[in-house]
Amino acid sequence: MPKIDTMAETDDPLVREHRLKQQAAHEERRDAVVRIVRQTVTFVLFMALLAGLYTGYKAFGQAIDDRQHEWAVVGSVLPRTDDLNMPPVSEIFGQFGETPGGRDQIYVKILFDEALFTLREAFAGFMVGLVIGMAIALALAQWRRLEQGLLPYVIASQTIPLIAIAPIIVIWGRKNFDVFPWEWQDWMSVSIIATYLTFFPVAVNGLRGLQSPRPENQELMESYAANWLQTLWRLRLPASLPYLFAALKIAATASIVGAIVGEISAGVEGGLGRRILREAFNYTTGPDRLFASVLGAAVLGIFVFLVVTGVERVVVGNQNRESTT
Amino acid sequence: MNTLKGFSAPIVTGVVLFGLWEGVLTLLNPQGFVLPAPSEIVGALIDNWDEVYQGARITGFVVGSGLIAGIILGILAALLVTRFRTANETITPLAVAVNAIPIIALAPIFNNWFGLTSPRSNQAIVVALVFFPIFINTTRGLTQVDRSQIELMESYAASRSRITREVRIPNAMPFFFTALKLATSLAVIAAIVAEYFGGRQDALGPMITQSAGLTRYDEAWAAVLAGTAIGAVLYFAVIVLERVAMPWHSLIRAQEGET
Amino acid sequence: MSEESAVSEAMSTGEAESQLVIDIRGATKVFNPGRSNQVEALAEIDLAVEPGEFITLIGPSGCGKSTLLRLIASLIPPSSGSVQVNAKPAEQARLDRDYGMAFQTAGLFDWRSVTKNIELPLELMGWSKGDRRRRAAEMLELVKLSEFAKHHPSELSGGMQQRVAIARALAFSPSLLLMDEPFGALDEMTREHMQDELLRIWKETETTVVFVTHSIPEAVYLSTRVVVMSPRPGTIASTISVDLGDRSAATRDDPAFFKKVTEVRIALREVEG
Repeated sequence: MPKIDTMAETDDPLVREHRLKQQAAHEERRDAVVRIVRQTVTFVLFMALLAGLYTGYKAFGQAIDDRQHEWAVVGSVLPRTDDLNMPPVSEIFGQFGETPGGRDQIYVKILFDEALFTLREAFAGFMVGLVIGMAIALALAQWRRLEQGLLPYVIASQTIPLIAIAPIIVIWGRKNFDVFPWEWQDWMSVSIIATYLTFFPVAVNGLRGLQSPRPENQELMESYAANWLQTLWRLRLPASLPYLFAALKIAATASIVGAIVGEISAGVEGGLGRRILREAFNYTTGPDRLFASVLGAAVLGIFVFLVVTGVERVVVGNQNRESTT
Repeated sequence: MNTLKGFSAPIVTGVVLFGLWEGVLTLLNPQGFVLPAPSEIVGALIDNWDEVYQGARITGFVVGSGLIAGIILGILAALLVTRFRTANETITPLAVAVNAIPIIALAPIFNNWFGLTSPRSNQAIVVALVFFPIFINTTRGLTQVDRSQIELMESYAASRSRITREVRIPNAMPFFFTALKLATSLAVIAAIVAEYFGGRQDALGPMITQSAGLTRYDEAWAAVLAGTAIGAVLYFAVIVLERVAMPWHSLIRAQEGET
Repeated sequence: MSEESAVSEAMSTGEAESQLVIDIRGATKVFNPGRSNQVEALAEIDLAVEPGEFITLIGPSGCGKSTLLRLIASLIPPSSGSVQVNAKPAEQARLDRDYGMAFQTAGLFDWRSVTKNIELPLELMGWSKGDRRRRAAEMLELVKLSEFAKHHPSELSGGMQQRVAIARALAFSPSLLLMDEPFGALDEMTREHMQDELLRIWKETETTVVFVTHSIPEAVYLSTRVVVMSPRPGTIASTISVDLGDRSAATRDDPAFFKKVTEVRIALREVEG
């Protein structure tokens, strides 16, 4: 934090005004810390509230014995409350410490390793999607005709449920992706799905960000006779960062979804998606394990979201954060 | 004249893209390629019209009903939350974090709750996926209002509900429609993927995976095409709705486009 | 280009006293020619500016004063006629970085510190890091903002941001400074303060200034010559020389000052009528 000697006398009205502003900014930063703490606390409280509601609903259902009645909503819009449909919260969390049959590791460690596997798939796909998305954004920003012609197709591409084609990509990838210098592995096919989900928000928001500098900033660069690359590097790219990060938050989550669903439909072993599918098959013997694995996926999703938010704080820093969606 | 100009670029690009796609595949003719030529996909669509149409109806129903329920719940929650300032300040960041959860992972749990062959669990997934973006964006739109507009209404001694109607809701419209466009494509993807876990076996989701399993890629893509059509119809419906609901907005954009 | 050559260039323009800094002959500007929304922004502009002058362009909105400034800056080409800066075509002058420019909004880059903002043109001109640092420090001294070198623009008040923008425009010692309503968004107190700062800097650096404004007192207080423009199409209606000597707080209460203000006001009224 810059040192400001508020005691020093000054006759410059601008400097006086500035010092007042500095003080306000300082208080704002302090408030930000308070806000983060408060948000963390509310999040924990909210989760506790959810667990309480879950338990309360379960207790109520068991008390009126919903299995014995023919309720129109229960089993259709609301779940039945027996231990098979709604295992107790204590058992779901207790499951994390158990060692499932045939393994010498506790469940939370297994989930952690599988989350890392899924994270790798998602991250690889995310990075490729980021590069492709930015390349599209740059091309569309450069040529207006291209923007008019291609943007509708970029948007339309998102209505194609590529996730459902995951098994084909994996099978086909095994046979045909031998053009690369490395050996093609199944998880890379899953990454392609994550890429497909990532490039779209990056391209659309990246385009908006690259077009965001005010006309006088453009004119300033022109007045310096700056070339295309200089204008891109010093003006357009930095200006696009707030927009880009709004997209990256969406994309990070989407890449995890893509990886999980990709694993499930493609039959790729080793990640969280496959874990959830296996627990779904064994539901009758261990419903609490399914709930625990789904919780693991939720934690992974929130984790990547927080990582991107943290990187944004560091990279964008002092820039005014405009909320973009 | 001007509208024609607006459409010419996408049409030219489309002809070039599909021409290239068809041309490259016809020339190279790779065996067992995942992506058949457009003509083959259209052929498969015509040959299997009855099944694809039936699947699209079932999936379309899941998408449509889930979408409507998700929108209603999202708007209600946003109106409720903006009513209370503290609730808004705590719940909105929470919703943003919860939105980062891969909701599709809930599909197996929903299947057990609502029955493996019932479309109800698929609808539940669609509702959950649609709810969050609608809720988050509508809340933003209702709260990020120009302070002076509120003060103007207060100077007229307007009631709270009146201010909501006159200022907050119009202000929230663009935010809402942005989320709605996102939600339509999300809903189609969510429905098809959820169908992969359970639900009716003659829906589009199972049709895609079964055809793919039998390496009938053209049929799989025909079903994908039907899913894309559902998404496109909904997307255009949203755009029409947007024009009707916010005529001033398209006017502003048209002016911006001029300069 | 190195620091030395930029400095020597500034000196060489100083040596040739007779040479005009700006020489505009019969310049016109038509936007969207041949289309339904065709606009004749400027018609037959002739303007000559001597070294060391402080010229203000004043006129009602739509009179093309900002357009004229952009012709001089070669940000837009004239439809006909010629625009010469430092005895060469304006486009060449832009490529040679003969002028610095400041806009209505400070237009600082939010992601760069104050120092880095001032260094921006120097980076583009390939100055070494040490030279850039040294020059930025000098410029901050000039605009009295040395203690804010590491701050980011969003931490500064509007007036301070404008000062940084002026420092940025002057960083590579251009012989010409182009300013497009730079104080338009400031409050009256800050505005008068900035006018005094600008005059001080103008005297210290011996640059030529072309300044667009729509404030009559500002035009009279700042300039050696006020150029009054009329709209539809933009033309130069009259030129009023101002000789008030060294300006100070007292100048603003001087009857001679008010006389000039009235003179410009009458000229503007004729233009509007």
